[in-house]
Amino acid sequence: MSNHGMTKSSVGRKILMALSGFFLLFFLLQHFSINMLSVISEDAFNSVSYFMGYNPVVQFVLQPILIFGVVFHLAMGIKLDMENRKARPVKYEQYNGAANASWMSRNMIITGLTVLAFLGLHFYDFWAHEMNEKFIEGGANSFANGGNPTRFFHELQEKFVDVWRVIIYVVAFVLLALHLLHGFQSAFQSVGFRHSKYTPIIKKLGNVYAILIPLGFIFIALYHYIDQLN
Amino acid sequence: MAEKFINIKLKIWRQKDSKSAGKFEEYPLPNVSTDSSFLEMLDLLNENLVEKGDEPVAFDHDCREGICGMCSLFINGEAHGPDRGVTTCQLHMRMFKDGETITIEPFRANPFPVIKDLVVDRTPFDRIMAKGGFVSVNTSGNTQDANAIPVPKADADKAFDAATCIGCGACVATCKNASAMLFVSAKVSQLALLPQGRVEAKERVMNMVHQMDIEGFGNCTNTGACEVECPKGISLENIARMNREYLKATIVSE
Ligand code: SF4
Ligand code: FES
Repeated sequence: MSNHGMTKSSVGRKILMALSGFFLLFFLLQHFSINMLSVISEDAFNSVSYFMGYNPVVQFVLQPILIFGVVFHLAMGIKLDMENRKARPVKYEQYNGAANASWMSRNMIITGLTVLAFLGLHFYDFWAHEMNEKFIEGGANSFANGGNPTRFFHELQEKFVDVWRVIIYVVAFVLLALHLLHGFQSAFQSVGFRHSKYTPIIKKLGNVYAILIPLGFIFIALYHYIDQLN
Repeated sequence: MAEKFINIKLKIWRQKDSKSAGKFEEYPLPNVSTDSSFLEMLDLLNENLVEKGDEPVAFDHDCREGICGMCSLFINGEAHGPDRGVTTCQLHMRMFKDGETITIEPFRANPFPVIKDLVVDRTPFDRIMAKGGFVSVNTSGNTQDANAIPVPKADADKAFDAATCIGCGACVATCKNASAMLFVSAKVSQLALLPQGRVEAKERVMNMVHQMDIEGFGNCTNTGACEVECPKGISLENIARMNREYLKATIVSE
């Protein structure tokens, strides 16, 4: 039997794309729940952020897994797309893609790469800043010293003073929504889950997730922007 | 619908052989009956070309009744043209308007090189079939009568649906990734669903997927375009089943 492994075969890699997608869907939900706290209660947001930022298991086990998941999904997505382009070196003169497939399903690489570009900014805004505070700068906020458990809310709000940054966040979330509108249900198909009764429910659930979560993130960004207007 | 006659303009890919570079040529074609099939329309064009002493347009066809899978063509941006659930030989000229320009291209995919004009080489499908699209039977005289093995009706129906795939390659042609998953999954499914095929199910899915990858088809991203354009309505359910079979085979064999 020619078993050339999960990471080398087209079907295997499709399954891995789906599994990393599931993981990111789960992560996004968790990220959203914490961010939502910033709207509800400053104290609750601070204490959860402090836990996430200074708990060794979160920092040294979960965070590397997350980074691996993001990098894997992106790198594999780009690689698969490049291979797909090679599979049709001579393009059609006329190609009516809209006749048989949704825009979202045909443009995952575009929505995905836009989200990647946004992630660059997002990592610069929050993650790089955090890493610097905790591991490079030293001082009171260093990982060893435990830091100030009430700093997070203000640091979050500071990011949403600049209107351009808010606009970039909003646009990125719209593209994320488009990505998820196809990605959510596609991941189930990829792992082979398809059922006459459950697949229509998954598709509906996927649409709800793909719209509500990004919309919620947009709401949070706008909330903090408006909150600081005067 | 009453027969009408329309005047059309054809924009056709012409390519002398697999080595030469090709290009589009335009041919006006008057007086085409809306009752004629797309291939009959091309016959008419070719008669005119031959009369003028020009080289006729090469295109694939055989049964002309939608069962062999030989006819191909990418018409106005869609495999087998704008109609649904039909092969090109079953496409009728009533789908087109008077004065319309119709663009006709060969199926495009790296594993399907152009042989001449609109004819492409689809032998990669044969090589995939040779890797497991069959049931190995020892015909020593001891084989059990197939009808003696009970098969649930639902499974038999699904297997039959998958088996209606005619290997035309429209799924590959239409897929933005030139992926062959719908074809391969139909062939994997039709056998995986039946007791006779289960015996070799693991080897089959691994080997056929491996051959599909070697041939250079693209990766499936679940756009679903293949299912829409497939003349036989092969369902994406088959791709999900193939993914399941593959996952099972990988986990169990390692
Ligand atoms: S799955 Fe459909 S489109 Fe693909 S080869 Fe079979 S019949 Fe043709
Ligand atoms: S010529 Fe046989 S299916 Fe069209």
